[in-house]
Amino acid sequence: MNSFDFIETTLMGSTAVIELNRPRQLNSLNTKMISEIVVAMEAFDRDENVRVIVLIGKGRAFSAGADIDEMTEANPISLELLNQFAEWDRLALIKKPIIGAVHGFVFGGGFELALCCDLLISASNTEFSFPEVGLGVMPGAGGTQRLTKLVGRTKALEWLWTGERISTEVALEHGIINKIVAPELLVEETLKFAGRLAKQPPLSMRLIKDSVNKAVDSSLYEGMQYERKNFYLLFATQDQKEGMNAFIEKRKPDYKGK
Amino acid sequence: MFETIRYDVKDNIAWLYLNRPDKLNAFIAQMNREVKEAIKAASSDDQVRCIVITGEGRAFCSGQDLSEVDEHMDHGQVLRDHYGPMIKQIRQCEKPIIAAVNGVAAGAGFSLALACDFRVVSERGSFLNAFIHVGLIPDSGNLYYLTQLVGHSKALELSILGEKVPAAVAVDLGLANQLISEETWTEGVTAFASRIAALPTKAIGLIKRSINSTSNLTFEDYLEQEAQGQRIAGLTNDHREGLNAFMEKRKPVYTGQ
Repeated sequence: MNSFDFIETTLMGSTAVIELNRPRQLNSLNTKMISEIVVAMEAFDRDENVRVIVLIGKGRAFSAGADIDEMTEANPISLELLNQFAEWDRLALIKKPIIGAVHGFVFGGGFELALCCDLLISASNTEFSFPEVGLGVMPGAGGTQRLTKLVGRTKALEWLWTGERISTEVALEHGIINKIVAPELLVEETLKFAGRLAKQPPLSMRLIKDSVNKAVDSSLYEGMQYERKNFYLLFATQDQKEGMNAFIEKRKPDYKGK
Repeated sequence: MFETIRYDVKDNIAWLYLNRPDKLNAFIAQMNREVKEAIKAASSDDQVRCIVITGEGRAFCSGQDLSEVDEHMDHGQVLRDHYGPMIKQIRQCEKPIIAAVNGVAAGAGFSLALACDFRVVSERGSFLNAFIHVGLIPDSGNLYYLTQLVGHSKALELSILGEKVPAAVAVDLGLANQLISEETWTEGVTAFASRIAALPTKAIGLIKRSINSTSNLTFEDYLEQEAQGQRIAGLTNDHREGLNAFMEKRKPVYTGQ
């Protein structure tokens, strides 16, 4: 893989780890960093040795938000021409499971990046917030959309309007995160969980994600039709045969992702 | 750096003296802030393995300085802005905190002592839930901790009658851990703090974390948190030292790491 300026990537077994690597800036996101994340994600998505992607922040925080310095001089035309959020759209097209491991501050763009993950494991010391309103702007990389779909309009408006920090317990209550772990064990527990997912049949994982994403964005009827096609499609895989045979033969299945 | 408190670190112990002796160490907003800052500093200082909060002069702390209270005061907001942040900082601290109650601990001074992990009390020390005498309710976490310590019935009695609890009674009630005589007060407190400072500090922090979370976790979730806590403790040097010392039949020397 290419060498990056603002992230670090490692392959641990079949889990690919992407670490945000601007710890002194609390991993504040600049456009180059986002490009690097997207490039790394897409490469891991195509790499057949990779089954799960983990996203972590180095240092004291997952990410304290977007790099404000980059934006102070922006105007509507420069933003339209730069079209920086198009990169973020590509994150939504990653097919493999993405687990975010968050700790410390998860603010603004950092929160939006976390919401691009499929599952979130959170250290108990984590705080989430959309502080954009305090700067006279608003989230622009999916914050108003993804948060609302996740927690509903009422809480989304409250949090986006006040910029108030959301504690880990409240985030768990509202389904923003999947579980809370001790800060000391965030990486270990996340890799353990990733390891569990990596043992699942990859094509099932892929089509489950595809179908669940469909549910978020379309009518129930349309989603049901879509699900059905994906269900049928899995019967074309070797892993379906392996899974069902292993069940009958009372042994553990060994999935190949084919 | 501090004006209303004195803060020294010596032999792995952080000493925090409430330092307004002519006002019986009564709280003003600045003292709330400085206690919070000192606890924060001690929490992140690797040298510190135990924190002692005590009072300069005759009193431990007589509570809110009433000269700051007037009819325009929004009492709720004072708690949210000043006392709450201080008490939360103490709650978050994973190092052992001892209240060395050298004199009266009244009102919010009582609350401060309750927020600590240990209370050692001098013969001259006492506890007093004075709030009722000015028509207020015990605040700064007081009833949360007091009820856990002495039970519902006694907590009600202490809060509604507002009678002074002398040192020996406080020990009998489980409100204080140890009575230390007036003559040996300084040595006694130092000995108690030194003993705690020499223990495996990380494990103490994990014990505090576990106990603090029991009330808001289901049993299942508690067991999972316990497993994580033990995993963390199992990785410390102090655990290894404890095992080695046991094998080698010697006293362990813990470093807090």
